[in-house]
Amino acid sequence: MEHNHITLPEGSIEKTTTTLNIGPTHPATHGVFQNIMEVDGERIVSSDQTVGYIHRAFEKLAERRPLYQITPITDRLNYCSSPINNMGWHITCERFLNVETPKRVDYLRVIIMELARISDHLICNSIVGVDTGAYTGFLYVMQYRELIYEIYEEICGSRLTTNIGRIGGFERNFTNAAFTKLEKFLNEYPKVLKEFENLFTRNRIFMERTQGTGGISAERALNYGFTGPNLRAAGVDYDVRVHQPYSSYQDFNFTVPVGTTGDNYDRFLVRNAEMWESISIIRQAYEKVQAFKGTDAEVYHADVPEYYLPKKEDVYTKMEALIWHFKIIMGEIDLPKGQIYSPVEGGNGELGFYLISDGGRTPFRLHFRRPCFIYYQAYPELIKGGMLSDAVVTMSSLNLIAGELDA
Amino acid sequence: MSLNNEMIQEKLVAKFGDQASQFATSYGMLSFESPKEINLKVLQFLYDEPGLGFTFLTDICAVNYPDQKGAELVVVYHLHNLKENIRLRYSVSTPLENTDVYTATKLFESANWMERETYDFFGINFVGHPNLKRILNVDEMDYFPLRKEFPLEDQTRIDKDDEMFGRG
Amino acid sequence: MRPVRFNIHPKEADITEAIGMGKAPDGVPGDGFFATQLSSVVGLARKNSLWPLPFATSCCGIEFMATMASHYDLSRFGSERVGFSPRQCDLLMVMGTIAKKMAPVLRQVYIQMAEPRWVIAVGACASSGGIFDTYSVLQGIDQVIPVDVYVPGCPPRPEAIIDGFMKIQDLVGQESIRRRNSEQYKALLNSYGIQ
Repeated sequence: MEHNHITLPEGSIEKTTTTLNIGPTHPATHGVFQNIMEVDGERIVSSDQTVGYIHRAFEKLAERRPLYQITPITDRLNYCSSPINNMGWHITCERFLNVETPKRVDYLRVIIMELARISDHLICNSIVGVDTGAYTGFLYVMQYRELIYEIYEEICGSRLTTNIGRIGGFERNFTNAAFTKLEKFLNEYPKVLKEFENLFTRNRIFMERTQGTGGISAERALNYGFTGPNLRAAGVDYDVRVHQPYSSYQDFNFTVPVGTTGDNYDRFLVRNAEMWESISIIRQAYEKVQAFKGTDAEVYHADVPEYYLPKKEDVYTKMEALIWHFKIIMGEIDLPKGQIYSPVEGGNGELGFYLISDGGRTPFRLHFRRPCFIYYQAYPELIKGGMLSDAVVTMSSLNLIAGELDA
Repeated sequence: MSLNNEMIQEKLVAKFGDQASQFATSYGMLSFESPKEINLKVLQFLYDEPGLGFTFLTDICAVNYPDQKGAELVVVYHLHNLKENIRLRYSVSTPLENTDVYTATKLFESANWMERETYDFFGINFVGHPNLKRILNVDEMDYFPLRKEFPLEDQTRIDKDDEMFGRG
Repeated sequence: MRPVRFNIHPKEADITEAIGMGKAPDGVPGDGFFATQLSSVVGLARKNSLWPLPFATSCCGIEFMATMASHYDLSRFGSERVGFSPRQCDLLMVMGTIAKKMAPVLRQVYIQMAEPRWVIAVGACASSGGIFDTYSVLQGIDQVIPVDVYVPGCPPRPEAIIDGFMKIQDLVGQESIRRRNSEQYKALLNSYGIQ
């Protein structure tokens, strides 16, 4: 049959695959990145990614700001677990400036970081559920994320982009209300997590959808620079909290869950197990914090007047405090020269901060080692030969956060 | 005897002589430099040598030192030996006129996008890279934004008053 | 220590106070009929059944997820069904930073929407570029598309997003039938280069 009115593009009869664009705007929960896939029916032959749709130039922005003003930028990296980014940045600054934080501050930081890790893994796991068609888990579990947000609000005032803590500690002591809410969380959340697990882990449909798809071997994962739960699901037990402990993580007793095949089901299980471990770490940290009595229980920051703003009552009454306040705000305090690379275990893996200072007020160069950016390169290899719907589940089980991808 | 910074330094000097230079330790991490022509040889040595085993590439980034004439752009590799838990910082420098640096993608798959990002921000041409084009900025951009000579703000914007922000 | 301001004495819900009657539009009531302007009826129907298109790019998108979840529940306002196809949606909710790379995509999505369409810019980044006064971030989406309501905040609380949504509902309820064909509206679209 002749179709005289249709002219087909060159080579399109011979081409056996279809080009499919899963474009930057796709159902909202994942973020903006683009995948152009060549599919043969339902099977994926190859794919090509475009990122950068939310590039906000954090690294150049950081060259303009003194250290304490960079914390709000770090919030916006992995915005599902922004306290971890904030604490990681403060720990980098403290290592750089040789500031030692008291134990109570460390334990409080551990509580906040593990809450953030639970919050991040909750989003990831429930979105994996949504992508396989199960919306209930997501709605049910978002209630408990609201409780975590309320705990952040008690401490720093903000829900999502927290800017929590200061160089040397926290901006205010945790109130009784914060501890009450934390206890409520510790009492109620394990039951909820158990119910969430019951919905998914031995669910026939979920297992069939996620087992055997999006797998990667340990050697390829290491070559691709994977870190975090994705690497642990492939079988390598690398966790920055264990290898290079920060904020007194060496005082805690926890295991690092490891998977075997690195497929979507293993990633789901590893994140789930990490949430149980986080609950146990928070309990241990809470007991340790409550063990401080008397004046020790009032300590919430290190004694570093050069970097930690003095209390307002002191600024208005004491001369020294006024001078320190002036020096910090007006930027009279120069950084030492040097460079440091300091990693923390973010929700997605090793979040590294590479800070170079030439003695000025602001960093000379600040580079964020973002785990999402590095492991997203492996996505074509993960989905090759698989089905299109598995590609969507793989994308969400990798926990790609657009803010961290592009920075 | 587990690996430590002195042993790494000895092995590197034994293999590369005075081409491996500027050894320094900052905050526990050893860092060194070499000419850019041998960067692949050094990375391969660090990867294969039985005593060294730096098989994990943590990060590649670049820094622009406008005052160091002849070595304005420095590419920094952060490597990690997971078994011994030792990190290493290796840098090569390149002048602005000829920014060719050999790519590490054959050795480490993760270098692919990290080098694209470095090219996008600083303009370093990685020779042998499979797909060296801009990754985070728009493709039509004709300058390399993170070099010190270029400003942070978009100079064509009309709604922000630089005077008010103290930058007028 | 400052006193704990924690709600430990919640108020009992009073069902008789909580139920109210919605305000009817101006018109002439009668026995079995109610005469009013067509635009009021259409506006009333539209505003209580807006279908939003969540164009969520970054952190504000997570606050939107919290707004859609059961605690803050945007579906009380009629937007139970969020759509991802521009052809089927009335309200484009732009949440998050729009980079210059993303601006053509946003414009394309806006052009694909069918009239009547409204745009809400959620968050500081969508309204004016936010804290990112950089070379790669669009300083406000009103550089590329016309915006009806701006919601400030970084990120705005879910209550603020709902407040913005309610302001859109006010705009929708009071919009004249002829607005989309008027000269003023056409001039507005032309100033953005949209036909």
